[in-house]
Amino acid sequence: MCPRFYNMNFIETEKVIFEYIERDEEGNPVKVKRALDDVSISVKKGQFIAILGHNGSGKSTLAKHLNALLYPTEGKVLIDGMDTLEDPNTMKVRRRVGMVFQNPDNQIIGSVVEEDVGFGPENLGIPTNEIRERVDESLKILDMYAYRLHSPNRLSGGQKQRVAIAGVIAMHPQCIVLDEATAMLDPEGRKEVIRAARALNDVEGMTIILITHYMDEVIYADNVFVMSEGRVVMQGTPREIFSQEESLNALRLELPAVTKLAAKLKRAGIPVHDGILTAKELADALVL
Amino acid sequence: MFTDITLGQYYQTKSVLHDLDARVKLVGTFLYIITVFVCNSITAFIVAGLFLTFVIAISHVPASFMFKGLKGIAMLIIFTVAFNLFLTPGTVIWQYGVFHITKEGIRIAILMLLRLTLLISGTSILTLTTTPSNLTDGLESILGPFQKVGVPVHEVAMMMSIALRFIPILMEETDKIIKAQTARGADFETGNLFTRAKNMIPILVPLFVSAFRRASDLALAMEARCYQGGAGRTKMKPLHYEKRDGAAYVILVVYTTVICVITW
Repeated sequence: MCPRFYNMNFIETEKVIFEYIERDEEGNPVKVKRALDDVSISVKKGQFIAILGHNGSGKSTLAKHLNALLYPTEGKVLIDGMDTLEDPNTMKVRRRVGMVFQNPDNQIIGSVVEEDVGFGPENLGIPTNEIRERVDESLKILDMYAYRLHSPNRLSGGQKQRVAIAGVIAMHPQCIVLDEATAMLDPEGRKEVIRAARALNDVEGMTIILITHYMDEVIYADNVFVMSEGRVVMQGTPREIFSQEESLNALRLELPAVTKLAAKLKRAGIPVHDGILTAKELADALVL
Repeated sequence: MFTDITLGQYYQTKSVLHDLDARVKLVGTFLYIITVFVCNSITAFIVAGLFLTFVIAISHVPASFMFKGLKGIAMLIIFTVAFNLFLTPGTVIWQYGVFHITKEGIRIAILMLLRLTLLISGTSILTLTTTPSNLTDGLESILGPFQKVGVPVHEVAMMMSIALRFIPILMEETDKIIKAQTARGADFETGNLFTRAKNMIPILVPLFVSAFRRASDLALAMEARCYQGGAGRTKMKPLHYEKRDGAAYVILVVYTTVICVITW
């Protein structure tokens, strides 16, 4: 491999524009809609990235560009140095970047948990005994091994999403995109999924791209991109992002309760620093 | 309302028949159907009946389950028997007005009764002892050769297994829609058959819309997981024959030969 690749970002989007034609009920084109507008982001291997945004901000469209489910109208998406627009790269890109979607029911294919986890490796043409190993290993990582013979219909939302993540892990990707994977879950299920994503990032060094509109899920991210109307409008560490309360409010994004409380305390004249993310940090700031 | 629905009619228990390879059971059922149609004497039917009794006995499925399927077609059986009994020409042994029963009629009616009974209970053994996913795998494997002449065997099998996975989900959804529409004043309980059928529309429309949305989501998820059709795919649980499957094939061949010998 050419040495230039070593210092490259794992994911690189260069001025990506994505347009689609909006149609009325009879199927006549009404107007061209721009879902992504000049989006340039870069992600390094092993990073935990969060993409925040309100409904219709283009965050899911961006996610689908990262594993060649959608292609840019203009600009370029490079995954591990490969251009997603080039046809032979499609499968290579999809092997490197796995995807977990919003609705747990609509992405589980197998009628038994372990069969579903095996679906990806089967598609890759992995030999039978290795599929078995990968399936068991992935289910153990996600702590779902005990449920391997269950029907997915009997699992909770959080468990179903963990099965979906296991299904992606079994394909041995380098990056996982969680495309609003927590949006349909109850608080407990959301916690399960976020915990699993963090563990994969910490322990396995997996690159994670978490797409969400829940602010409290992004506090562990290395880097946050905030999107609005197809553009990246803010970017930085969670601390940097959360200290700009006005701009976030303008984007109809609400700060996590703790950060909000800290900001209120500060306005009331109590000396706490900016960008407090967790209850523990706030407690420390108040005691000292 | 729809919770705990059993798919197909799989009966969970442990038996040799449950452990058999799905392909053996498919071939066996196919052969059995042929032999039942070929049978034309009481002796042959006795052999077929004994064979079925033997299979039911080793399947550990209660016999009552086998005959459940018969209830559904009871009317069909009664009509077939009645028509054959009264309308077959031949030596008349009983007559009342236009109705007459002939010797040949009795014979054909009895054969028809036996044939239908054996056919239905024989085929239900397949679905009672094989899980739907095994059944699809077996079908895909047996019909595999047809893939070469352009029959989309893998695709059909994949569709079948996805359909099986989504039946309970769509059932649940139907239940939700019914409740939602009832809450808005829809009435599904009263009226004649036509009004009731018409009242189903507010259930069917949202159900279809949602099914299409699910299908599109699922297609995307399958693509994201590198699905590209059957070519180059491996199997996590490939089917492979055991000794017992060989033994089962031998038994099937012996049975079929016996029936053929009796018939000709």
